[in-house]
Amino acid sequence: MQVTAVVHRLMVVDDSNVIRRRIERAQDLEVEFVGAARNGREALEMHAALRPTLVTMDLTMPEMDGAECVAKLIERDPDLRILVVSALADKLTAIEALEKGARGFLCKPFTDRQLNEALQKLINT
Amino acid sequence: MSSEAEVTVFLESVLNYFSTTVQQAAVCGTPFLAIDRIPELSDFTGMIKISGKYEGIVAFTAPKSMLCVMLMRMQETDMCQENLCDLVGEIANTFSGNARRDFGHQFNISVPTVSIGRKNTLELPEGARPIVIPIGWRNYSSSLVVYLQ
Repeated sequence: MQVTAVVHRLMVVDDSNVIRRRIERAQDLEVEFVGAARNGREALEMHAALRPTLVTMDLTMPEMDGAECVAKLIERDPDLRILVVSALADKLTAIEALEKGARGFLCKPFTDRQLNEALQKLINT
Repeated sequence: MSSEAEVTVFLESVLNYFSTTVQQAAVCGTPFLAIDRIPELSDFTGMIKISGKYEGIVAFTAPKSMLCVMLMRMQETDMCQENLCDLVGEIANTFSGNARRDFGHQFNISVPTVSIGRKNTLELPEGARPIVIPIGWRNYSSSLVVYLQ
């Protein structure tokens, strides 16, 4: 019997190019990086073509913020695993993101190790 | 919240940012009130507008050389102006966003705006007395300007 491992497909959503590239470089898991979006609107446009299984999502972004985008992505794909990566450090923000369908919350600033641990946890959910 | 408590919130955020993101500690100098003078800006300034429970601005200003070294420490190889603007805005965003842990959910922050050049000035109400927190990192000098009402 042939066993094939599930390859997760990662899309990064953040208005900061530096952060997008950092997440792409730092993740060292068995994850395929499929693309990056600069705001929620772009993420929705790219979602159908990229078919990610994992998403990292900033919250404070122009055009469409992360909270709205999380809700819309989950409406399209309830199995999508979304990790919110935001500087907004209050508990209520994290709770709201989880209520909209995100499965994890990582506060900026973060180390590479913290990012990988959060992504691994997301994969394991 | 007292001014002293407000300053402490930002000091903690600054120290955490540098030790986490570039793995080298920053040193904060003695914060001071910019009375009768506009805070001096460096090469790049990232500014966040605060609204809601508080109104005001949070701005981080730093020399180009410092931002370049920070990017290098983050394994970024492209030191283009776009990335320097991006970084200075992201730092201001992180300091402001982290402050919500203490200021609460109604401490609303804007997306960052960035200005380039030392001749620029921060748009502050007349008579405003912003707090300036000097930040030393390696041999570079930057500062955080906080004005909250």
